[in-house]
Amino acid sequence: MTDGSELRFLARLARSTLGLAILLAFAPAHAELTVEITQGVSTPIPVAIVPFAGSSGAPLDIASVVEADLRRSGRFDPLPRKSMLRTPSVASDVDFAEWRLLKTDYLVIGRMVSGAAGPAVQFELFNVLSGARILGYSVPIGGDYRLAAHRTADLIYQGIVGIRGAFATRIAYVAADGAVNARRYRLLVADSDGVNAHTIVQSREPLMSPAWSPDGEQLAYVSFEGRASSIWIQTLRTGERRKVSAREGINGAPAFSPDGKRLALAASQKDGNVDVYVLDLASGQYLRVTDDPAIDTEPAWSPDGRYLYFTSDRAGRPQIYKIGLAAGQKPQRITFEGSYNARPRPSPDGTQLAVVTVEDGQFRIAVIDAQSGRGRVLTQGAIDVAPSFAPNGQTLIYSTHDRDRGVLATVSVDGSVASRIESDEGDVREPAWSPFASNP
Amino acid sequence: MNRILLWAALGIVAMGLAGCPKRPQTPPASTAGQPVAPQSANAAGAGGTESGAAEAMGAEGANAGARVAPTTVYFDFDSAEIKPEFAGLIAAHGRHLGQTLGLRIRLEGNTDERGSPEYNIGLGERRAQAVKQALILQGARADQMVTVSYGQERPAVEGHTEDAWAKNRRVEIVYLTP
Repeated sequence: MTDGSELRFLARLARSTLGLAILLAFAPAHAELTVEITQGVSTPIPVAIVPFAGSSGAPLDIASVVEADLRRSGRFDPLPRKSMLRTPSVASDVDFAEWRLLKTDYLVIGRMVSGAAGPAVQFELFNVLSGARILGYSVPIGGDYRLAAHRTADLIYQGIVGIRGAFATRIAYVAADGAVNARRYRLLVADSDGVNAHTIVQSREPLMSPAWSPDGEQLAYVSFEGRASSIWIQTLRTGERRKVSAREGINGAPAFSPDGKRLALAASQKDGNVDVYVLDLASGQYLRVTDDPAIDTEPAWSPDGRYLYFTSDRAGRPQIYKIGLAAGQKPQRITFEGSYNARPRPSPDGTQLAVVTVEDGQFRIAVIDAQSGRGRVLTQGAIDVAPSFAPNGQTLIYSTHDRDRGVLATVSVDGSVASRIESDEGDVREPAWSPFASNP
Repeated sequence: MNRILLWAALGIVAMGLAGCPKRPQTPPASTAGQPVAPQSANAAGAGGTESGAAEAMGAEGANAGARVAPTTVYFDFDSAEIKPEFAGLIAAHGRHLGQTLGLRIRLEGNTDERGSPEYNIGLGERRAQAVKQALILQGARADQMVTVSYGQERPAVEGHTEDAWAKNRRVEIVYLTP
C-alpha cells in the first residue's frame, strides 16, 4: 500500500537515482585528447595521399586519417588535397610527371572495395621519382574504420621509413580533476591520435601506474580504493576487474612479464621497506626478488623475460639496477652518471632504457644504453616522468606540465620530433603505450 | 498517474542497479563514504604550533586527533627525518594513544610532486614509518597504527612552487572511528 509520504520518498529516490543513471549513461565517453606537434624534422618527406575512391558512402574518410597520422609523426609533409591536379585510384591512371611537378616524393592511391570478407581498403604506395611501386595492400575493415586507417598508415610508414609504424596503437593514462579535497581519478584508454578516449575505471581515491598485458587485452593498475593500495587487472573488452595483490602495505608498480603470466611489482614488508617481487598470476605465489632496506621499486622486464630492471636507492639516491631472475642472482648497478636515475623502461629490442634522470635540478627523460648506462637527455621540462616506449621503439610518451596543467608529451628517440597531448578536462599523466594491435 | 510514475521510477532504479551491460566502462570503484579531509595547512614547513591551529573537515567528523595537537608533520625535501619542531606534536599524540589503547590511527605519508611517482610511494611510506616509530617511543603501540603512502597522488595544496611543495611533504595523523 502506498501513501503520500512513501510515494514522495520513492519519487525523491527515483529522482536521485535517475540523476545518477543519467550521469552514468551520459558521462562523456570522450574526454578528448588533442595532439599538437611541437617539433618536426627540418625536412619532412613530401607525400601525397590521394582520397580513396568509393569513400563517399563510407562512415570515415580513411585517407584523411592516414594523412593526419603521417603529419602527426612530424616526419611527413602531406600535399593538400586542393593542390592535387587529379585524383587517380588505380596505377594505370597515374602520371608520375604530374606528381613530380607537385614536388612530392611519394604517392598513395587507393579505393574502398567489397569482398567476400567484407569491406576493405586497397591501396598502393609509389616512389614518384622512379615511378616504382613500393607496396600494395588490401586492409580489411573488420568493423573498425579508424583502426583500418591506422593500419594503412602503419604500412605506408614502413614502406617509406623502413620501420614498422605505430599508429594502430592505444595509450592508457590517468586523469585527475576536481578540487583538492574532492578529486576524481580516472584511468582512460584512447587511440594514439587522441581520439576515442574512454574511461576504464574511475574512483575518488588515486589510480596509478597503468600497465598493458602483452596481448593488449588487459590493464594492470594500482588503486587506492579502501584507503590502501592494491593492484588490479581489468579486461578491457568486458570491464571485468579482479584484485591480484592486496598485501598489507604497499602494492605498486605492476609490470606484466613478456609471456603475460607473471606480474613484477613493488610490495612492502611490515616495517614499510619496499622490495621488488614477481607474482605468478595463476598460483598467486610471490617470489621475492630484492631484499634490501632501501626502496626497491619500479620493476620492468627485459624483452626476453630473464631480467628485471628496477629503481633502488641503496646507494643513497635512486639509481637503475638489473637482476637476473634465476636463483641466487645479485643486482647489478646500471647507472653511474647523475644523482638521480629512476623508472627504467627497456626499449622493445632491449638495447636501451628510457629513464627519469635529474639534469640541472630538473627531472627529465633520457634514453641510455642498457649495458653502459650512458645516453642522452631528450626532454627539457622541469618534471618530466613516467616514460613509455611505443611498440616500434621510435617514440616515447611521458608525463609533463604545460603552464600549470599536467599533460602528456611525446619525443622521438632521435630527439627530432616532439608533440604535446592535453585533455580538455583536468590533468593527465602516467601514460602507457599499448603493444601493437593484434592482427584481425 | 502517480502509480505510473512510481513504476517508472522503480524501473529506473532497477536499471541503475543493474548497470549497463553493453558499456565497457566499469562502475565507479569508489570507497564507501569518507571523502578526504586534508588538514588546512599550518605554517608550512615551519609548522608545529600546539593545539587549535589545525582543523579537520569531512565525513569522519572532526578528526579527534586535532583536539590533542596538530595532526600533520612536515618534512624537508628528500628527507624522512622528523624535525625538532614536531617533537611536541608527536609526544602529545604518542601519550594520547598510549593512554587510550582502544584508539587507532592511520598515518598517511605524502611527498611533493617532484620525481618518479612510484618511487615517491616508497618515500611517503618512509615518512609514515618514521612518524610511527617516533610515536612508539612516546607511548603508542604498533598495533594502534596503520600506515599508507599516497606518494605524490594526494596533494594538500595545488601548485608548482616551493611553498606548495613544502605543504605537500607531510604525514597526516588520522584518528579512525571504531
